[in-house]
Amino acid sequence: MSGLLIVGSLVLLALIAPTLSRHHVLLDPVEQSARGLDQDGMPLAPSKQFLFGTDNLGRDVLSRVIHGARISLSVGIAAMATATIIGVTVGVLAGYYGRPLDTLLMRFTEITMTIPALLLAIAFAGLMDGKQVHPHPSWLPWHFLDVTLRPGLGSIFLIIGFVSWTGIVRVVRGQVLALRERDFIQASKALGSSDARVMLRHILPNVLPTIIVLAAMSTAGTILLEAGLSYLGIGVPPPAPSWGSLIADGQPYFIAAPHIVIVPGIAIILTVVGFNLLGQGLQDVLDPFQKPVKK
Amino acid sequence: MALLEIKNLTLEFGSSRSSMRAVDDLSLEVQAGETVCMVGESGCGKSVTALSIAKLVPTPPARYVSGQILVENRDVLRMTQAELRTIRGGVVSYVFQEPGASLNPVFRIGFQIKESLELHRPAAATDAEVVRLLKLVGIPAAEYRIRDYPHQLSGGMQQRVMIAMALASEPKLLVADEPTTALDVTIQAQILDLLRDLKKRLGMSILLITHNLGIVADIADRVAVMYAGQIVELAPAHALLRRPLHPYTQALMRSIPKLGSDEARLTTIPGNVPQLGAFPSGCRFHPRCSKAQMDCSENSSALIEVETGRWVRCAYWREGQG
Repeated sequence: MSGLLIVGSLVLLALIAPTLSRHHVLLDPVEQSARGLDQDGMPLAPSKQFLFGTDNLGRDVLSRVIHGARISLSVGIAAMATATIIGVTVGVLAGYYGRPLDTLLMRFTEITMTIPALLLAIAFAGLMDGKQVHPHPSWLPWHFLDVTLRPGLGSIFLIIGFVSWTGIVRVVRGQVLALRERDFIQASKALGSSDARVMLRHILPNVLPTIIVLAAMSTAGTILLEAGLSYLGIGVPPPAPSWGSLIADGQPYFIAAPHIVIVPGIAIILTVVGFNLLGQGLQDVLDPFQKPVKK
Repeated sequence: MALLEIKNLTLEFGSSRSSMRAVDDLSLEVQAGETVCMVGESGCGKSVTALSIAKLVPTPPARYVSGQILVENRDVLRMTQAELRTIRGGVVSYVFQEPGASLNPVFRIGFQIKESLELHRPAAATDAEVVRLLKLVGIPAAEYRIRDYPHQLSGGMQQRVMIAMALASEPKLLVADEPTTALDVTIQAQILDLLRDLKKRLGMSILLITHNLGIVADIADRVAVMYAGQIVELAPAHALLRRPLHPYTQALMRSIPKLGSDEARLTTIPGNVPQLGAFPSGCRFHPRCSKAQMDCSENSSALIEVETGRWVRCAYWREGQG
């Protein structure tokens, strides 16, 4: 379970980052400091004082990467949760009710799949310009439904969630299609269970192992997408240190100070590999009938 | 008034252009407290008929063409989903063939029985009632068994749990679709004894589907023999077993191996059950019938009452005797 180790230590680091900063083990990730620049105003290379060097504003790269884990992980996990909720709902409904709902939902899913996730996310992000939306007929006084679309942590995970649910739908639907024909589903209906009860009490618990594995694996994707969006400057707004924006910030200094780009890059790779390994490990644990992946 | 009255039920699969008639003009009654067996080869429509009683056959692909299914004088085929849910489990409970597959593998059996209680007798959804039900179906150490998962029980025990689930709602009619086929012979006998005992104690009716005439002899009050979607013979069990009238029933009886018989070969019925949608013209059994006459391929017989309570679908049943 190397995946669990990697993901576990990343989550732990992210959780204790503020405490570490308070006790001066880590530096403040946002505070700009003249100590972190040389006399020409250039970033410092890795040294004993700054383990991974400093960035163009004299901020400690190690501190920024560790604090960045808080943002990247929380956005990634929240986006995964959003995607999983949408994907499982659509997948279960499509698989359980069959045609014609199945056709409708699956064609919609496939159409969504054909649009590149990053482009779709950019389009969604473009909508987040601070305008008010009234998702109700104008003659109804339901102003509690009003939302203001603004960029930030809250909207970025929703955006990523809305573009990453399609893969989950297909797998869940496939499983539900098979489950639906099992005798115990028939038996439950024969006992007088409603459709909602059959889906929630009997189908969902049986797909749960698959959902957990899919969720772990899709977290790798959502983290990558968040990094991509932040790199393009439409993710989490600065000065919050997201890994993607760290890379974007360091890019102009790549020749002089490559560590600014490389360190968050390694963090992203490590996280993505970690979540994929975690997903694979979970699959071996949760599905004893499938042959384990050869080590 | 009969508890269950199936009147002229006709059910088809497939589209209206290429329809396959699985059940054809079937009528059957089950009185309160009665055990009725449906016998027939695989694919003759007995399971579909049984599932229809609570309208459990998915539509589509199935289509109810005509007929009525009256459960306590109310037509199941015209009920709303909400009404159907009160019938399912509430009045009619099912026990299926594969007990292992009919229990949800991810829940403890106590939880599953309690779910049945929650649906139909919410006030009684307690551990104590679950234990009482498990004891009723003869599960030893029921207090401990309620925490078992289905895979921890043997096939016979799983079937007892299924029966307990079916009984939890206190149904008036228990439909058992080949409840013993997946079990070995000694357990079969135990389950049949259990069903007979429960029927006596709880005063419910049983509709038992089987292809085993031995079970019929054991438990049935009346028997309906089905062939290719039709009832070919309907009679009190002892009369039918003593003197089968329809050539198909006679052939079925002959193909039971008998202890102490001198015959070297087991008699079988030649040919196969006709495919759905490709039934022979005239009497559907005539290509396999040893007593078929010239016109059997042209004229189909109606179900005729030959004695009180004895119905036969064969024009030459008299010639078939002796």
